[in-house]
Amino acid sequence: MGGAGPDARPSPDAARRTRLTALYATMLRIRAFEDAAEEASRGGVAVFGQQAAAKPASVRGPLHLSTGQEAVAAGVCANLRRADYLTSTHRGHGHTIAKGADVGRMMLELHGREGGSCGGRGGSMHIADFGVGMLGANGVVAAGLPIAVGAAHSVQIRGAAEIVACFFGDGAINRGPFAESLNWAQVFRLPVLFICEDNRWSATTPTGPLTAGEGAAARARAHGIEARTVDGNDVEAVDAAAAALVDAVRAGRGPRFLHAITYRVKGHVSVDPAAYRDPAELEAARATDPLLRAHAALASLGTGDTELQGLEAAARTEIAAAVALAEAAASAPATSAYTEIQDCGAGRWRS
Amino acid sequence: MTYAASAADSLARAMRADSRVIALGEDVGRGGIFGQYRGLQAEFGIERVIDTPISEATIMGAAVGMALTGLRPVVEMRVVDFALCAIDEIVNQAAKNRYMFGGQGRVPVVIRMPSGIWSASAAQHSQSLEAWFAHIPGLVVVAPATPQDNHALLAAAIACDDPVVYLEHKELWGESADVDPATRMELGSARVCRPGRDLTLVSWSKAVHAALAAAEGAAAQGRDVEVIDLRTLWPWDRETVFASAARTGRLLVVHEAIEVAGFGAEIAATAAEALGIRVARLGAPRIPVGYASTLEAQARISSAAILDKIESLLS
Repeated sequence: MGGAGPDARPSPDAARRTRLTALYATMLRIRAFEDAAEEASRGGVAVFGQQAAAKPASVRGPLHLSTGQEAVAAGVCANLRRADYLTSTHRGHGHTIAKGADVGRMMLELHGREGGSCGGRGGSMHIADFGVGMLGANGVVAAGLPIAVGAAHSVQIRGAAEIVACFFGDGAINRGPFAESLNWAQVFRLPVLFICEDNRWSATTPTGPLTAGEGAAARARAHGIEARTVDGNDVEAVDAAAAALVDAVRAGRGPRFLHAITYRVKGHVSVDPAAYRDPAELEAARATDPLLRAHAALASLGTGDTELQGLEAAARTEIAAAVALAEAAASAPATSAYTEIQDCGAGRWRS
Repeated sequence: MTYAASAADSLARAMRADSRVIALGEDVGRGGIFGQYRGLQAEFGIERVIDTPISEATIMGAAVGMALTGLRPVVEMRVVDFALCAIDEIVNQAAKNRYMFGGQGRVPVVIRMPSGIWSASAAQHSQSLEAWFAHIPGLVVVAPATPQDNHALLAAAIACDDPVVYLEHKELWGESADVDPATRMELGSARVCRPGRDLTLVSWSKAVHAALAAAEGAAAQGRDVEVIDLRTLWPWDRETVFASAARTGRLLVVHEAIEVAGFGAEIAATAAEALGIRVARLGAPRIPVGYASTLEAQARISSAAILDKIESLLS
């Protein structure tokens, strides 16, 4: 195995290192994006006991950061194709980046600028890039599940080849559309992968004490859907589990379910200091940071410090350029408040 | 052709012409609970006329996902009261999708919500909620009153690239009249059902028939009432209503829905602001629809009550 002859395939370690390097690069881009967005949001919302800063924030409104959850987005999306569909949550920057969206247009959108992904109409909570199959983040918990199921049903009806990846959080499994959508996907044997990105918090309340039974995967199995539970901060574990599940979905064997356990290291929104949380819990979570773990794994595979630092610098540089672009751009024109509503009876008609 | 058969025929024609048009909902396979899908599953199969679980939120949400990915779904909500189980999917998802994502996607869905009092069906199967939907940007709201309009307006709704709330009245299914399937109709266009000089009476859905009966009663008393069937509530045909009301100088809006915060208030206020004319509304009292016939009758709009209102507006 792993010989150096002309016909030899790359060694398992080399293949693993290549794959992990790509996953790590995606995670670094998401982390850099979230850090920059967080910085730009400071003072944006005077809630959670915080005073508004003197300088107005350039990213306004609720900003739900996926910092610390990057391995789930990167590991799952590495197994998707550009044409595959994806639905996301209010905490959706990571999924969107990992699916291949342009971070420049995303940052313009967060800043409410012209040229943003949604023309400044959506912002962080409604980030979307239909061009890469990303059918939208959603401000309503569990609302993406029925839409994902419908996209998968459409694929089946049209005889198309795409699959659908449907991300939602642990809080979503306590809403009705979760049960409805799992049932629907299974009875129609639809090509959809459900991903419960379990960060253990339902807004500012721990999910565990409010969730009966054995949790997300057990609920999927109760609907006859094969489910796996994985350490969501281990990007290689997420990648491997997603690969197996995506293969099954793509082969037409019906829906599959991935329960990825991670942790929300930030507050519910960027200005929430999460003072309600035991600091020890946060410290324990920080020790399992998915980027630190991927970094250590790459180092153990022989990736040198220079290369690792280069990966991080590339991500930071790319996101800094996106921020600079956004700060220099014009605000979304007020006239666009009246467009893209409906063809018939929209716009300035105030009767 | 009946109002129900007319809808089934219109949908069948749309499905024959365009393979992207599909129908989904509870009991649609056996023809729908009112016969408005009769024969469709036999012709188009279970993949295009989809019997679904009793999962209104996912019926509607799935239709949004289907629409975003190339289909043109016609959704059956069974009765408008059950559409409230899918209100997030209608109001926050279908109606908002195009705008909040900057026009990246479109949601060409028709959401059929049989509406209105259905004899002895009580408080959860009898409501008229058109004003709720007219309030939401992104939605078109249609309420046909005749078999011909149900044929042509359903075709127009299916052809619309935005979500359409389509309110058929549950006590009109058996109404029969000649229907020309070739008739084309634009959304947002009202119909003058009866010309008149003294007063403009605007209505829609089943109440149009009571309005016409009241107009006949008024004629017997020497009052010449013009009756307009609005047909589309959003966008409503202001040109037709204003032209009539400016001529008659009096406007009465009649609907089966509860009068308080009903859509009649919107039309009356708009006309009063624009034309400075006398206006009045008539809708149901603010009570749930009761079961006993004596109670149910209190929620119905009679032609006698409309006639009284006509008289008071003309006095």
